[in-house]
Amino acid sequence: MTEALRHFNERRRHVLGGMGDRWRALPRWQRWLTLLAGVAFLYYLPFLGDIPGTNLIIPGLDWFRTDSIDGGANWAGVLFVCALYVLVAIGLNVVIGLAGLLDLGYVGFYAVGAYSVALFGSAESPVVGALQEQFGLSSDWAIAWAICIPIALAFSLVAGVLLGWPTLRLRGDYLAIVTLGFGEIIRIVAKNSGWAGEAQGVPGIPGPEGPPSPDNKVFGLLDIKPWYWLALSVVLLMVLLVRRLEHSRVGRSWLAIREDEDAAAVMGVYPFKFKLWAFAIGAALGGFSGLLFASRSAFIQPETFNVQLSILFVAMVVVGGSGNMAGVAVGAFLLAYLPERFRDFSEYRVLAFGLALVLIMLLRPQGLLPSRRRTRELQDRAKEAPVNVA
Amino acid sequence: MNFDALFGDLAQHTVDGLSKGAIYALVALGYTLVYGVLRLINFAHSEIFMVGTFAILGTWSLLGVADNPPIGMAIVYLLIGLVVGALASGATALTVERVAYRRLRRMNAPPLIFLITAIGLSLVLVEIFALWMAGFFSGRGFTENRLVIGIPPLLKQETVLSVAGADITNVQIIMVASALLMLYGLDQFINRTRYGRGVRAVAQSPDTAALMGVHQDRVIMLVFVLGGLMAGAAALLWNMRYGITKFDIGFVVGLKAFTAAVLGGIGNLRGALLGGLLLGVIEVYAATLTRSTWEDVAAFVVLVVVLIFRPTGLLGESLGKARA
Repeated sequence: MTEALRHFNERRRHVLGGMGDRWRALPRWQRWLTLLAGVAFLYYLPFLGDIPGTNLIIPGLDWFRTDSIDGGANWAGVLFVCALYVLVAIGLNVVIGLAGLLDLGYVGFYAVGAYSVALFGSAESPVVGALQEQFGLSSDWAIAWAICIPIALAFSLVAGVLLGWPTLRLRGDYLAIVTLGFGEIIRIVAKNSGWAGEAQGVPGIPGPEGPPSPDNKVFGLLDIKPWYWLALSVVLLMVLLVRRLEHSRVGRSWLAIREDEDAAAVMGVYPFKFKLWAFAIGAALGGFSGLLFASRSAFIQPETFNVQLSILFVAMVVVGGSGNMAGVAVGAFLLAYLPERFRDFSEYRVLAFGLALVLIMLLRPQGLLPSRRRTRELQDRAKEAPVNVA
Repeated sequence: MNFDALFGDLAQHTVDGLSKGAIYALVALGYTLVYGVLRLINFAHSEIFMVGTFAILGTWSLLGVADNPPIGMAIVYLLIGLVVGALASGATALTVERVAYRRLRRMNAPPLIFLITAIGLSLVLVEIFALWMAGFFSGRGFTENRLVIGIPPLLKQETVLSVAGADITNVQIIMVASALLMLYGLDQFINRTRYGRGVRAVAQSPDTAALMGVHQDRVIMLVFVLGGLMAGAAALLWNMRYGITKFDIGFVVGLKAFTAAVLGGIGNLRGALLGGLLLGVIEVYAATLTRSTWEDVAAFVVLVVVLIFRPTGLLGESLGKARA
């Protein structure tokens, strides 16, 4: 490394490292105020550049919108996907970042959540069809959306436990492959089973206002802003919940297991139990985002839930900085937003994605916005690097 | 469940499964070697295999291979294909090690990081082939080609042997025989030569091996090259048997081969062969029973069951413990 580059690095570390300390040193009310302003800004995002209720625009901000380019995607729609992925990243962060379990089949839980609301909530699904016939109900009867939420959460939670029970005793890298297989199995089962709609998928999935129809006033098909606000609210709620969890006894146990499973076990933390918890909670969060995805799309098909999506999920967590909730949120946002904003290069999207993964992992293995603890862990490991007689 | 189809023609399905398993076995050797030495799943190994299939295809079209050439020429072409495939896959394997792993090994990074770089590199390789190289090797210049590409058949697949009602084709015999041959050679290399002793030493204890003067980096490079050579051979068999390739064929083959390696006992060379052949047979049985719909699930179910009941695989993990 040249002298100038090293100087730049030190300078950057000084400034950025200092920011965290300065933030923590602020009085509590100032931190709250900043956070509130941040949250308000997140809710304002769909209007980015406009001032709602007037014809005024703020110049410059327009550039960030995805519909500012030719053939760009609906801006609120992109924001909705970003919020969805942030929710996924928060859930997966519990599994990967906190408990240190590599789950390559997270898309399976996402699919379970999506299929739960599809199969129980849509009047056109085979499962609801069978129920209608069994109990002689009318042909537009289906389970209400609000009741589908606990159903989806329960199903994905159970899926998490079912997958975790036999596999969590395995070594980390075996777990990765088994979960990868699990994600594929869910997709193949959905594709081949008549009760899951086979390859055609399931249409008519309801939202908060009931089945998709042009008459829906708030959660309609064209205006996606309410969907974004809904997803954002869920994300904020989950951030609060997971944050509490992280600082609880359970969260501390996860960290202990991640850093040294044997030492944790000796100290009386039963690794299997807490790993299973992490798996189940992560699965439930993944299921929730799957549910939101299915409700918004109103139609799902098995090919959506492929391995590539799983890999994207893991990449969001690892690139952002596993273990740090702000980091994984940034990672999720970037990986959802950048490809949409720079669509002109869409041909090279996957290539750029792969290159970015390799480069970030080689140059900054702790992720873009790492947790301090994780960074120190990696530094610690580097000291224990094996000898090598060159 | 279509039991009639399975038991009515059991011998034939077994033969088909064994020849399919030969490819899994050869690819599985690459996973096993790297895992045995580095305790690391080389996720990019599937792409090493994919590169091999394309390199062979490219060479054959460069040589102007026509369909079903005379037997003498066919053998020459096959040998050239073997060399080219092995070289291309070996070189790719070396590149993967150099680019994705070496720096991380120096940092003693956790396995998760290795896995992510490997996934990233595997995406890069797949996309490079989808965007440019697949077009190039199929003779259309550097253009995007995400379609299935046909490979000229060199040996006409014909029945040469009938055993217990099963028709065995010449290609199937070559496949199983060459898998056995390659494994025998590799086994001898690891167990009898000086280099093999180095590999076993590093597998047993990297630190001690280094203190005894084994050059770790060289051993690791050697292991990657050996895995690449096996994948190149597997690529040749694939081209002979299936006659097609595609930019993303590596993924499924890689996953199955990894399952095979775990099934036999990862880190165990003979285990990889056993696991590969067994998995091939299981898969063909499952495909027959369910009319192909659940073929891909069978491999994963086998993997999960093995890991639950016998996590060390059928023959146990033992590259380091292999007989001196």
